[in-house]
Amino acid sequence: MKAAPFSYSRPADVDEACALLAADDGARLIAGGQSLVPMMAMRLARPTHLVDIARIPSLSYVREDKGAVAIGACTRQGLVERDALVAKCVPLLARAIPCIGHAATRARGTVGGSLAHADPAAELALIAITLDATMTYRAGGADGELAARDFFAGLMVTKLPVGACLTAVRFPVWQGERIGVGFHEVNARRSDFAFVSAAVQVALDGDGKAKRIAIGVGAATETPLRLESAEKELTGGALDEKKVTEAVRAALADIEPLADLHASAEYRRRAAVALAARAIADAKAHALGSKARAH
Amino acid sequence: MRIKLSVNGTEHALDVEPRTTLLDALRDHLKLTGAHAGCEHGVCGACTVLLDGAAVRSCLMFAPQAEGSAITTIEGVTPGPGELSPIQDAFCETHGMQCGYCTPAMILTAHALLAGNPEPTRDEIVEAISGNICRCTGYAQIVEAIALAAERMRGANRPTEL
Amino acid sequence: MSESHFRFVAANRRVREDRRFVAGKGQFVADIDLPETRHVALITCPHAAARIKSIDKRAALKMPGVHYVLDGAELAQATLPLMTGLDTPNVPRRPLAFEVARYSGEWVAAVVADTRALAEDAAEEINVDYEPLPFVLDAEQALEKASPLVHEAHGSNVLLDKTFVWGEVDKDFAEAPHKLSLRVKWGRSATVPVETFGVVASWDPWRDILDVWASIQMPRYPDQIAAALKLPLSSVRVHHDVDVGGSYGVKRGIKHTVLAGYLARRLGFPVRLIEDRLENMRGGDAHGPERLFDVEVAYDNNGIVRAMKMRALENVGAYAGRSPFQLGKPIGAIVGPYKIKSVQYRAIAVVTNKTTQEAVRGFGQGPTNVALERMMDEVAHALGLDPLEVRRRNLIRHEEFPYTIPSGSEYDSGDYHTVIDKVLADTPYEALKKQRDALRAQGQLAGIGLAACLEPSGGNATFEALLNPKITTSTFMDSCRIAVDGGGAITATMHTTSSGQGHETLVGTVIGEVLQLDPELVRVTRPDSLTSLPSGTPVGSRMAIMLGGAAFHAAQKLKAKLTTIAAHDLGIPFDRAVYDKGSVHDRDDPANRRAWADLVTIAHRNYHRMPEGFEPGLATSHVMQVPNGGKLPTPDGRVQMYPCFSFEFHLVLLSIDPDLGLPRILRYRVGHDCGTQINPKIVRGMTMGGIAHGIGAALYEEFAYNDEGQLIAQSFMDYLLPSSHEVPAVEIIDHETPSPLTVLGQKGTGESGYLGAPAAMANAVNDALRPLGISHNILPLKVSKLGDMIADARAKSGQ
Repeated sequence: MKAAPFSYSRPADVDEACALLAADDGARLIAGGQSLVPMMAMRLARPTHLVDIARIPSLSYVREDKGAVAIGACTRQGLVERDALVAKCVPLLARAIPCIGHAATRARGTVGGSLAHADPAAELALIAITLDATMTYRAGGADGELAARDFFAGLMVTKLPVGACLTAVRFPVWQGERIGVGFHEVNARRSDFAFVSAAVQVALDGDGKAKRIAIGVGAATETPLRLESAEKELTGGALDEKKVTEAVRAALADIEPLADLHASAEYRRRAAVALAARAIADAKAHALGSKARAH
Repeated sequence: MRIKLSVNGTEHALDVEPRTTLLDALRDHLKLTGAHAGCEHGVCGACTVLLDGAAVRSCLMFAPQAEGSAITTIEGVTPGPGELSPIQDAFCETHGMQCGYCTPAMILTAHALLAGNPEPTRDEIVEAISGNICRCTGYAQIVEAIALAAERMRGANRPTEL
Repeated sequence: MSESHFRFVAANRRVREDRRFVAGKGQFVADIDLPETRHVALITCPHAAARIKSIDKRAALKMPGVHYVLDGAELAQATLPLMTGLDTPNVPRRPLAFEVARYSGEWVAAVVADTRALAEDAAEEINVDYEPLPFVLDAEQALEKASPLVHEAHGSNVLLDKTFVWGEVDKDFAEAPHKLSLRVKWGRSATVPVETFGVVASWDPWRDILDVWASIQMPRYPDQIAAALKLPLSSVRVHHDVDVGGSYGVKRGIKHTVLAGYLARRLGFPVRLIEDRLENMRGGDAHGPERLFDVEVAYDNNGIVRAMKMRALENVGAYAGRSPFQLGKPIGAIVGPYKIKSVQYRAIAVVTNKTTQEAVRGFGQGPTNVALERMMDEVAHALGLDPLEVRRRNLIRHEEFPYTIPSGSEYDSGDYHTVIDKVLADTPYEALKKQRDALRAQGQLAGIGLAACLEPSGGNATFEALLNPKITTSTFMDSCRIAVDGGGAITATMHTTSSGQGHETLVGTVIGEVLQLDPELVRVTRPDSLTSLPSGTPVGSRMAIMLGGAAFHAAQKLKAKLTTIAAHDLGIPFDRAVYDKGSVHDRDDPANRRAWADLVTIAHRNYHRMPEGFEPGLATSHVMQVPNGGKLPTPDGRVQMYPCFSFEFHLVLLSIDPDLGLPRILRYRVGHDCGTQINPKIVRGMTMGGIAHGIGAALYEEFAYNDEGQLIAQSFMDYLLPSSHEVPAVEIIDHETPSPLTVLGQKGTGESGYLGAPAAMANAVNDALRPLGISHNILPLKVSKLGDMIADARAKSGQ
């Protein structure tokens, strides 16, 4: 399983990378390579030119940025996993990252690489959708921006313009005290691509009612879902189990889940309901148990 | 293309096709055959090496990507001809292998774990090796090897009771 | 464990092979680096069945670094078809498809190039013109008259359809108050080693020798190579000092080797064929059993099973080597550990357009045990009896050994009830049931799974003659040679490859035990096939018995030689000479002795002090026949198969998340009895590894095909191997009932764990699903399927 031949460049900055992409239809960016290299080994992907952006300094960082946490596209997942700012300000991301692949793949895989790859089961895609992240990119010398809900186009396809280089992802930080998160996946083996995943972030008011709730379901459909109707239904309420299950079931009633070797469509639908409900319960418990946060 | 790889503390100049994986560069060009090919698509972990101290899958890197990093292979953690490191010796003590094919990868993964966590719980050991497939042992004696190595290494620098 | 009267046997000694493996200094086939080696890549058929109309090699041959493209027509001209087991001359098997390709992934052509990468580049440029043909994938469909034929010339898809009746089956069925029938499916899986199969072949035209290095585990490997390549057997030299990265049955690689051997001779340079993972999964012919059991038992009110009828339908794949014999080996333990009095067994092997099967650990015993154990549980539940109690009532009792089963095999020894008692002393059954019930009260599905299973060990593959009367093989050998050199050092030889079983340690330990010398003093080497004595290779859980036995006898002969030489030199009768830790003294005058060094000197340099006509030097060897062997089947199909029977009792507590169908193993205990354990570390490792394989087969692993005959689980992303998360902590409780047939009381343990774990898992899952009225007997028991069944059951019951 040797890749088809290609030439290789390591540009010093993003504009040089974009220029290399523009110069060759068959050129592709590589950062961590944890998704791209297996595809190349199986000759399912055959770039003629690999543009290695992994070590461009301006693409690797984690920092506070106007009410959000901004992460450079080539920041290694393992770094984000251990980052204190992320743990404090984007707890849902901190909760989900250890579930991505294995430590050895997180040592190399990047946040931007996973997002650009757009696998329906990718944890990062789900978190981005759930938290309304914003992706920034550079193309043809200019910066552009895509909201997460506009970023994923379909199975393994994004709306990044041709020749664009993803540069960063910004996760909005929820202000306030009683914030809780929940994240659940089901897969055959612990570290496999999930059959279904669910991510929830909730903010409770003083009475323990949901001031704000974000519910995302991943791996069930071609792109991650937000359960907006359930979010609406549950906002202002106490998130009791029966209501939660009803709201989530209603929100998932009309989706067309994926079916494959590992799970049937109906399995994915049912599991999505169960996992979303559990993630909401976890988020509520987490919020009730959490101390006041200072932002 | 000409690249420079730093392997086990030594700089090597290599002439490779860009598509040569780090695994193949180590095995075929540098004759360091301790890293093994099991799947060549990043699932089994038999190709594990340390890159700047972190366990990574060498089949999922093209050799040019590894320039500028410090690569450590099983040959690099073996103290000398016929000598075993504490981790290697612990694997022999518990018989943490059978066919030996996944073993260098397991040992390097153990190195990375213990460097950052000298007192891992059983669960932490299980999690650390969960990216390395073994088809022979059922993992029990491997987990015991890493726990034994941790215990011995923790005891190594303690002053003895007088 | 019982107190040991051994010095070195049964001690927890380090395994000497481990030293080289921890340093990355094993010698695996991919590490063999001969000058001028060229590399092979395969061109594979994309269709489930197709006529090969033409192969256009021109573009490939023009590419730099490409040396040759071999097709099936050329290879068929120059070589003979590969050896098969059954008498099926119209189902030939060749390394490359000849005229017709019969499964998706079958090898159609081979490219030879300077590097593997160039060979793969060239493979893409080869254009094969196919005419797709009708195909069949399902074994039951393959039986139907209207089914497409996989091999036209054979006239049907049936390779084997043989029924055996041992005892008065019909009478026993008529007289029994109860009957029960069950269908159980063992899904297509295999033990899939982390290292793929690989071979390096090099032809020396000056000595007429084909050198072969391979990751091999195969009896008669040199024979099959020589036969196919039309070479004298003494022109094939297989190097046994290749470390094999796991095999567990599957690394038979004969088509790879014939291919590489032919190319090496044709092209004049060494040829290397290392399967990549895709070639291995689709076309390496290393799939395992895919078997459908229809079992019926006749039993009484006490749950005693009197008689059994079993039909086993095997989906062999497109061709057959030895694999259909996997229907025959379980005959040697067809009733499991139970006193079932009469049995009817029908073995059917059909070809379909799937990848060819090969031998897998247990050689069919694992799947058979699932059928037996599921049946025992169903009998218990039909009567409202506890499954453990039903086992106890049916198990052969300790005092009843040796016990001959209806199909003619004699079980050597066993104490099944004691093994079970020991497990339950460790993990009380009532407490486990309480734990299960508490989980159920919390809304989980929870179940207890038992399995009481045998591991037949020792080889004695008389199932060959049973399923193919043209075969008259009753000799199953292994061997060991020991030489003490002029300096007094001991070197022993073993005559096959190993794949992690610690055979060098086994040989050193046994010889050390007999000679009363530190096993570390015994060097163990592996001569090649031209300088080896016969070996049946590590199959059939035989090596502890056979290699251990041969080493023991060779060492006994050496000890006798030393004693004889010493007695003569001491001037005493032989029976007064006492051998003690390498020296020999006069029993009546201990000061009168000859030390090891003296005896070495006499044997090698002082012929004037040797007994009359005695062979100089200190070399001995032993070639051993399998114990309790040497007979062919009777006309009514009864014969002794393997000599020694190890026993395992699995006890599992499992929960299933009802919303997700996700199983979790909560407790796992196994009682294991393989007689004397020559090296407990090795034995434990074998059992743990076998259980991991068994959990994989039960829950995760399947070579799944779609309706177009494409293997959709063709990489490790979809063929799911258990990681450290999926294998729970397992407590093994040992017991030792020695075999009366072996030199040290040892039985085999090479398949332990694998033979019982899938049965225990299947029973645990069914016990968990029973409250919902679900019975599920299709392995692997996959999460999605369990989830769907639970949801359907709940919907039906209005939950």
